[in-house]
Amino acid sequence: MTSDLRDLYQEVIFDHYKRPRNNRALEEANHHAQGHNPLCGDKVTIYVKVDDGVIQDVAFEGSGCAIATASASMMTEALKGRKLEDVEKLFHGFHDMVTSPPDAESPPLGKLDALRGVREFPARVKCATLAWHTLQAALRAHDHPVSTE
Amino acid sequence: MKMDSEVLRIPALDVAALRRDFPLLAECVNGKPLVYLDNAATTQKPQSVLDTLMHYYAHDNANVHRGVHTLSQRATDKYEAARARIAKFIGGVSTQEVIYTSGTTSGINLVAQSYARPLLREGDDVVISAMEHHSNIVPWQLVCLQTGAALKVVPVNDAGELEMDEFERLLGPRTRIVAMTHVSNALGSITPIAQIIKLVHDAGAVVLVDGAQAIAHVGVDVRTLDADFYAFSGHKIFGPTGTGVLYGKAALLDRMPPYQGGGDMIRSVTFEKTEYNELPYKFEAGTPNIAGAIGLGAAIEYVERVGVGAIAAYEDELLAYATRRAAEVRGMRVIGTARQKAAILSFMLDGVHAHDVGTILDNQGVAIRAGHHCAMPIMERFGVAGTARASFALYNTFEEVDALFDGIARVQRLFK
Ligand SMILES: Cc1ncc(COP(=O)(O)O)c(C=O)c1O
Repeated sequence: MTSDLRDLYQEVIFDHYKRPRNNRALEEANHHAQGHNPLCGDKVTIYVKVDDGVIQDVAFEGSGCAIATASASMMTEALKGRKLEDVEKLFHGFHDMVTSPPDAESPPLGKLDALRGVREFPARVKCATLAWHTLQAALRAHDHPVSTE
Repeated sequence: MKMDSEVLRIPALDVAALRRDFPLLAECVNGKPLVYLDNAATTQKPQSVLDTLMHYYAHDNANVHRGVHTLSQRATDKYEAARARIAKFIGGVSTQEVIYTSGTTSGINLVAQSYARPLLREGDDVVISAMEHHSNIVPWQLVCLQTGAALKVVPVNDAGELEMDEFERLLGPRTRIVAMTHVSNALGSITPIAQIIKLVHDAGAVVLVDGAQAIAHVGVDVRTLDADFYAFSGHKIFGPTGTGVLYGKAALLDRMPPYQGGGDMIRSVTFEKTEYNELPYKFEAGTPNIAGAIGLGAAIEYVERVGVGAIAAYEDELLAYATRRAAEVRGMRVIGTARQKAAILSFMLDGVHAHDVGTILDNQGVAIRAGHHCAMPIMERFGVAGTARASFALYNTFEEVDALFDGIARVQRLFK
């Protein structure tokens, strides 16, 4: 495997792909949204339970490629217990990380760093960001206004 | 397994020589020699087509049908000579019946709007198949919405073959038009199009054939087929993008209103009344893709020189070899196993998404398509979101098929 491919398909990615975490519907969710990648037809549903401005629980359903699945799985792990005001920052940090040019600096994001290799594969950026965009849609959904009291 | 050259017939094509005609095939991708197996999406262009485009713009460029000056005449002559070549290539039809379009999609939309829309009434049926490309689905959905006609869909069996019994059952007195692919872009199935056309004519309706995937791979003779309309794209037969042809029987085209209004498609205009130009110009409003059409003529000339029969026979061998190799790969499932197939191998690997297959193969220089191939209904029929698809053309080699399978082995090692 050439070095670029190894950057993309790290062991952690395979691990999350084969055993995705929080891969289920969340009955107590008060936010949810469906995302869709028109390029490949993949679909994902993100469920979030928010209380007191904090993400209490988050899960996803759907199956996709290794990158999309691992990204959704890792996202759910990264979000649990986060304050809503931090989520936006994390989204932007993640987005920057996977879209910045390969030689550009971008701040470390802990475990999510495993997806940094995506930026060498522009055709796969949408796979990595699908879950995150869907999360944003879920949190903004009008029928379930974000609770920030 | 490498192929055993002793058992295989020597191909009638000198593929090594043909490859030299296509400059792009010498590219390297990701540090590897390009193995281009995405010909169903678009084909590469021979030098003769590139030279024709260059020569046209460097020496002949002018508008067609509207200048008395020499250049305009030269451009017009070449533009019309290309049309004559195409007319001959698709079965010796009249040049009046060869309408330049921007591609298959616009040809189908033309027929949907100019032929079907004025004709369709509530209670009428439009029939398509379950394995159509979106561009042979959506134009019919639109015209059904506009007219109240119903869209009926012929199912396909597990091999990806049309269910002909169902097809016959669907045909009835209210069937007005049947729009059917000649070769499925997602599965490679060749439909029994001659038989279909016969059945539809017996039922008193007309047939539009989507020939996008057939034109460069199986011989097309619209006269023998007795097709009413036949649409294809130039870019899938080694011609420029943004070119295409709609063949239509003159008797039908004559009765159809123009699709678009503008210059070239009129004989005389007053504010009270406009008289339309004769065929085919009635359907060619505005300055066309002149260079593209002439380039398409050069592409057709190239294909004629190689020989459609030789191309089809060679591609059959490539496909048979690829299919044999696929059968030996554990965890590989071919989607589309029709008895009659052309140049397309659509497949799934257990536990691996098509997108990942595409990325890893690309890293090896092997270009395939991964996804739904603009044919989401047939993907759903097979219970998959998408497939990986290798599609062949006359310049592909058995070694390239081997490179594909080396890549597949690598994918499986990575994902095991
Ligand atoms: C079977 C089939 N029909 C129609 C089309 C549309 O062709 P174009 O995009 O050139 O108009 C394609 C191209 O992908 C095709 O494969």
